[in-house]
Amino acid sequence: MTNNIITVSHLKKSFKDNQVLKDVSFSIKKGSIFALLGSNGAGKTTTVRILSTLSKPNGGKASVCGYDVVRQGEKVRKCISLTGQFAAVDEVLTGRENLSLIGQLIRLPNVKEKVDYWLTQFRLEDAANRQVSTYSGGMRRRLDIAMSLMGNPQVLFLDEPTTGLDPQNRLATWEMVKGLANEGTTVFLTTQYLEEAENLADNIAILHEGRIIAEGTPSNLKEKMPQRGAQISFSSEKEAAKAMKLLIDNGIAVNGIEPNLPTLEDVFLTLVGEKKEGENHA
Amino acid sequence: MHDAWIMIKRSMLIVLRSPEAMAMAIITPFFLMVLFGTVFGNIADIGPYNYIDFIVPGIVLQSVAQGTQYTAVNVYNDMSKGIIDRFRSMPISKASVLTGHAAASIVRNTITTAVIIGTAFIVGFRPQGGFTDWLIAAGILTLFNIAISWMAILFGLLSKTPDGAIGFMFPFFILPFISSGFAPIETMPRWLRWFAEYQPMSPVIDATRNAMMDFPRDNSLWWALVWCIGITVFAFTCAVQVFKRRTV
Ligand SMILES: Nc1ncnc2c1ncn2[C@@H]1O[C@H](COP(=O)(O)OP(=O)(O)OP(=O)(O)O)[C@@H](O)[C@H]1O
Ligand SMILES: [Mg+2]
Repeated sequence: MTNNIITVSHLKKSFKDNQVLKDVSFSIKKGSIFALLGSNGAGKTTTVRILSTLSKPNGGKASVCGYDVVRQGEKVRKCISLTGQFAAVDEVLTGRENLSLIGQLIRLPNVKEKVDYWLTQFRLEDAANRQVSTYSGGMRRRLDIAMSLMGNPQVLFLDEPTTGLDPQNRLATWEMVKGLANEGTTVFLTTQYLEEAENLADNIAILHEGRIIAEGTPSNLKEKMPQRGAQISFSSEKEAAKAMKLLIDNGIAVNGIEPNLPTLEDVFLTLVGEKKEGENHA
Repeated sequence: MHDAWIMIKRSMLIVLRSPEAMAMAIITPFFLMVLFGTVFGNIADIGPYNYIDFIVPGIVLQSVAQGTQYTAVNVYNDMSKGIIDRFRSMPISKASVLTGHAAASIVRNTITTAVIIGTAFIVGFRPQGGFTDWLIAAGILTLFNIAISWMAILFGLLSKTPDGAIGFMFPFFILPFISSGFAPIETMPRWLRWFAEYQPMSPVIDATRNAMMDFPRDNSLWWALVWCIGITVFAFTCAVQVFKRRTV
């Protein structure tokens, strides 16, 4: 219990008649990577906004770093950092100016050095003195995350950090997230991609129609998920052909070597379907 | 205060990086003043004034109002983009973003005012006021500057689009023309006269002009103070409330 850095219980939030979060509960261990998985409009951003004190819930409780997000917002803000779904950078300022302003706002000692450090970490040295309006989507995202990391937060919220990134930048982001977790930062990320959640997260929660319909470690969840095929890769086509021959000689049928991950929709159908069946039997 | 100071630096940088805003703050007022001073300056003399001496306060108010539309747009931009969420999730004082824009606006408007008065001297402005008079004129113009800057911030917060932010500011560009700024109120048609006399621009202009020209002080000075302080208090209070409410 004590090593849960985020605890959410029976969280509710609605906008007028639109009940976005009906009953959301989960907890996150200190230093782990947590992925909140959900399709468009599931309420991922809404959850992140409540946890980062930007929005007030209509019911339920949430605490971050041991502080209540509604009553102790000031304390919560001291221990978190948010990278929202849409880049939170000043377009007309340079990358360096953006970082420097954040560094000054949180009163870092040696802002200059820290700025240089983060520019290097995120491969932005060459673009440091250009206005952000000239950056590519990936560069903007990197700057955005760098700005969030300057204060060395205990908890980092990343709302869809890889949406719109090319595969190379996506991999780099994954590596960065893993590195942060290794150093003890708790990472809360949202994503629409099952693959991303499985690859990165220690724990996954799936948000659907205002509720968490499944929660657990990736391997936990795999058991509940729809059947999937396996993928084998070889370093060359020649090797693959040899392996095929071996398999066929031994009477093992090979259908193909396409990746075969279920889509989020498949997952929902299976999980929601199971639930309904359960209810019917009861 | 630390947070506000950093936000002021930020807002100043944003102003400096916008070529249109800089042109509107410096180049347009310069040409406007030259135009009025040279082309119209000699056609009309009004009562005890040379026309050039008469119109300086009107031009200041008009140019300042026009420049301040960029403050409304900058506030709108901040509120409509992710940056405001970043600031609000940081351990900093919440309204410091607004303070930053207000201060940057006040600095920019002060530069505009200085450009106009400097240019006016070149084209023949010959004020008569002494040191105290100049302090009074500077004080009134500064209060007006603060009032209109906070109005712009309120409008930026209320707007749903960037054009909306400019639209809100539009009356302020026009009001100086329907005031004692460019022609004496007595020369206006009767139906306009009443409006021109009681709208806030007229006392601000009259009080500034009286001070600059060393004419006797009249009620306009008190009306100017009441309007400027009243507008500032109103706009500031509403802006802070709207800002809090927009962020639930
Ligand atoms: N400020 C708001 N006012 C009214 N409705 C809102 C507001 N914010 C979110 N919603 C609604 O809440 C629902 C969930 O939105 P949310 O942004 O949390 O989804 P999401 O899971 O982040 O989706 P996406 O993957 O598209 O980012 C949507 O139906 C949205 O229209
Ligand atoms: Mg979202």
